[in-house]
Amino acid sequence: MAQKIIRSQYHLYDEKIDTMAEVPDSELKPLPKNKDLKVIGKSIPRIDGNEKVTGAAIYTFDKTFVNIAHGRTLRSPYPFATITKIDTSKAEKLKGVIKIIHTYNTNEISWYWGNSKLFDKTTRYEGEEVAFVVAETEAIAEKAVRLIKVEYKELDFVINPVDAAKEDAPKIHEGGNIPKRRGHSTYSRGDFEEGIKNADVVVEEKYITEVAVHNPTEPFCSVVKWDDEQLTIWDSTQGIFSVRDSIASSLKIPQSKVRVITEYMGGGFGAKLEAGKYSVMAALVSKEIKRPVKVVLDRREMNLAVGNRPNSYQTIKVGAKRDGTLMALGLTNYGSMGAYPAGAGAHWPLRSLYKCENVTTSEYSVFTNTGRARAFRAPGHVQGTFALESILDDVAEKLKINPLDFRIKNFAPIDQDSERPYTSKKLLEAYEVGAKAIGWENRKTSGSDKGFIKRGFGLASQIWWGGGYPPAYATVKMNRDGSVQVLCGTQDLGTGTYTIIAQVAAEVLEIPIEKIDVLIGDTQATPYAPSSGGSNTAPSITPAVYDGALQIKEKLMSGASALLEVSQEKLVYSKGEIFESDNKSNSLKASEIVRKMRERVLVATGSRNESTSGYRVNTFGVQFADVEVNTLTGKIKVNKIVAAHDIGRTLNRQTLENQFHGGVIMGLSYALHEERVVDEFTGKVVNANLLDYKIATMLDTPEIDVIIVSEADELVSAVGAKGIGEPAIIPTPGAIANAVYNAIGVRINSLPITPDKVLMALNKEV
Amino acid sequence: MSKENKSKKLSRRDFIGRASTGAVGSIVLFPAISSGNDKREEKISKTNFKMLGTNSLTLKVNGKKISAKVNANTTLVELLRDHLNLTGTKVACNSGECGSCSVLLDGEVVYSCHMLALDAQGKSVTTVEGLMDGEKFHPVQEAFVEEDGLQCGFCTPGQVMAAVSLLNNNPTPTKGEVMNGMAGNICRCAAYPKIIDSVLSASKKMKV
Repeated sequence: MAQKIIRSQYHLYDEKIDTMAEVPDSELKPLPKNKDLKVIGKSIPRIDGNEKVTGAAIYTFDKTFVNIAHGRTLRSPYPFATITKIDTSKAEKLKGVIKIIHTYNTNEISWYWGNSKLFDKTTRYEGEEVAFVVAETEAIAEKAVRLIKVEYKELDFVINPVDAAKEDAPKIHEGGNIPKRRGHSTYSRGDFEEGIKNADVVVEEKYITEVAVHNPTEPFCSVVKWDDEQLTIWDSTQGIFSVRDSIASSLKIPQSKVRVITEYMGGGFGAKLEAGKYSVMAALVSKEIKRPVKVVLDRREMNLAVGNRPNSYQTIKVGAKRDGTLMALGLTNYGSMGAYPAGAGAHWPLRSLYKCENVTTSEYSVFTNTGRARAFRAPGHVQGTFALESILDDVAEKLKINPLDFRIKNFAPIDQDSERPYTSKKLLEAYEVGAKAIGWENRKTSGSDKGFIKRGFGLASQIWWGGGYPPAYATVKMNRDGSVQVLCGTQDLGTGTYTIIAQVAAEVLEIPIEKIDVLIGDTQATPYAPSSGGSNTAPSITPAVYDGALQIKEKLMSGASALLEVSQEKLVYSKGEIFESDNKSNSLKASEIVRKMRERVLVATGSRNESTSGYRVNTFGVQFADVEVNTLTGKIKVNKIVAAHDIGRTLNRQTLENQFHGGVIMGLSYALHEERVVDEFTGKVVNANLLDYKIATMLDTPEIDVIIVSEADELVSAVGAKGIGEPAIIPTPGAIANAVYNAIGVRINSLPITPDKVLMALNKEV
Repeated sequence: MSKENKSKKLSRRDFIGRASTGAVGSIVLFPAISSGNDKREEKISKTNFKMLGTNSLTLKVNGKKISAKVNANTTLVELLRDHLNLTGTKVACNSGECGSCSVLLDGEVVYSCHMLALDAQGKSVTTVEGLMDGEKFHPVQEAFVEEDGLQCGFCTPGQVMAAVSLLNNNPTPTKGEVMNGMAGNICRCAAYPKIIDSVLSASKKMKV
């Protein structure tokens, strides 16, 4: 099918991306509604399920070679220091040590956009890389790491973003702690002060959220292997092409010489979107020692050095009319980027979720002497939505308006920045069904529940992008026996990408899903697809698979027409067979057509079609929480969460539910448990493990009701699916916080809402 | 890399080949490895230091008698993964906090990262690779696939082993008993609701 080049605009996290993309030339016929489909939308078991439950699935973590060597990293024990000497003599004498690299024996490789190096003589957080040891075993490498003597000159450090933003704070980089580029960002529309002046009620509050760590179960790890000039990297990554390009650029070798493979990966949640220093260090040594090298980060390293959700120190001011009309929304926020540039803002929900003419925001992304932030499942939106939805409940209470009615009153029918309509916004429908499912009418006046266990209800809404975008490609191949392969340069983080690809191909070609083989996660074998971030995987790649499968179908039809000597209009395609509509016996199976066309393999590469221009693409939803607070122990139990969302077409009901459950529970975990704790006197993380860094377990699992109010969003793509990974987590903490307030009648303005905070808040009231 | 859909036809060979305890019968491991590939064994013995333990150990792994020489500080999971190439068992924290490394020791679930290999002397270890009965899935495995009790799948072998142990001790657990019994296995994807469904469904399957 012919292709054309278009301008493609989309949001990847809070960044507006402007790019060119190749898309199908002609408009793709939209996929019919789910009720008319046989495979898509159904609860098809994931096609990689068997390999995962038997232990047969090989993750990067499991990859090995006969002569593999193992790498371990020496990391700075100080939050801020300069290295004056590295002595590796003792370590090198250890039997089994092969190679040690560090700043004094390696060429400089730029890192963090020129703000640092692979090995920097200044280390700016506890856990920053100092040296890399490769040895015969991991244990020997670890032992050698401990034998390296490093002399440091400790520097004054700062760990809190509000402190770090002050004039007299220790400067982490030469230009200060608020970088010129994106350090301070502002947004405004209308006239905030005028809005406040005209408001009947004004509320101002401060909110704090803590740093949370991704902690995917599969460690960050790489296995690197050189074959002459060709480098292969098995990496646990969310973006094979982005890793490929970064590594090629770091090593100054052509991108074509780097192959990145991710067959299975054990979770990322945003932390695995970029190439790790460990991969480059392993590649440098591997090349020199001419052996494959494996490097696996341990849990402590993962809690220090490979990303987190930044904290936030938000001050919000809201003005509203007596009838509930929002008049003004204002936000100032300080977020900690850690030691190197990262996004630490949280203003988007306030800017876009509700209708309000007068908005002003001022945000500081501040350097601190802590591990650098990375995108973490709906960056900014989780902390921003918590604060916004908390204060809106307070305003509603002052106005004596039901919190749900208050949201409905301020529903924003169009995007207020661009004044463009949304491709779809079924938030009002979500409010209605969600409220019914949770039993919203049972919500009492806040703090009025009798007894020591108090029940409460709360809600929070959600806005996110997640519409996907071109360019994204998929190659569909049909073999002579009728079996099909789909190749796509995406990766399955555990979300079910393998399965939805097979479903789309099976649906279009009307062949059993067992006959479809999916190959993803290999830069050498597959056409390009974007990194799996921003809830953009399914919406980007499924239309490309759809296009590819349609092209195969078209080729089969065209081939059948020639072979049967019947014009194509008179032919019907059904279940992998083509027959003449008036004469069903005049037919050919797909496999026969491929064979008779003298093709070994029929090949077509599909591309994602462009979204209809003139619209804004977003996902929406609301979550309702039903909680119980024990006022004697301070413990919070979440009974139930209702998640009602507009996310376009459901591709697989079972995996969709599963991902929603995961998002909700991760949100619950963030709301009630998770907090990276840094000791302010030493600058060290005191809970860099899974015991002290609290993550929700099965015992925290509430009842979760997932309701999808949307059908296919045809303006987005021919498949009409949007992403769900991030929408699922965004409203949960806000909904729980509001339910806790409704239960006890006292507001807790910081996350996580731990028992001690509940008890202190209750005591304060007494 | 190719992910053939094997929902109905995953053969035992497919993963025995990758994660094997070797040929049938008793195996002597010195250095402790057997992949059924002589060339590979030879190379490993030359280059791989981790195999050079001095302590003799005999135990059963997935029904097969294993003799190995290990270091005193070799953990059970290191023996399984690094020496026996049974990579189905995962390590996510390596300090007994998350349950990804759960295996059965004489039928009871243990964290294999938190136990020395030598402490398994004379005992019988079952890993996820040892659950199938010939070509047939264990009911727990079957249920995890049908009920979608997983996402990324990295903690799944541990979850499956914990569930097998739970059901061995309590064939008809309530939902609450499942939640308590499985609370030692962290799933960061938080597939918990469907893991609970999987365990309850497996319980029904095992009753029949």
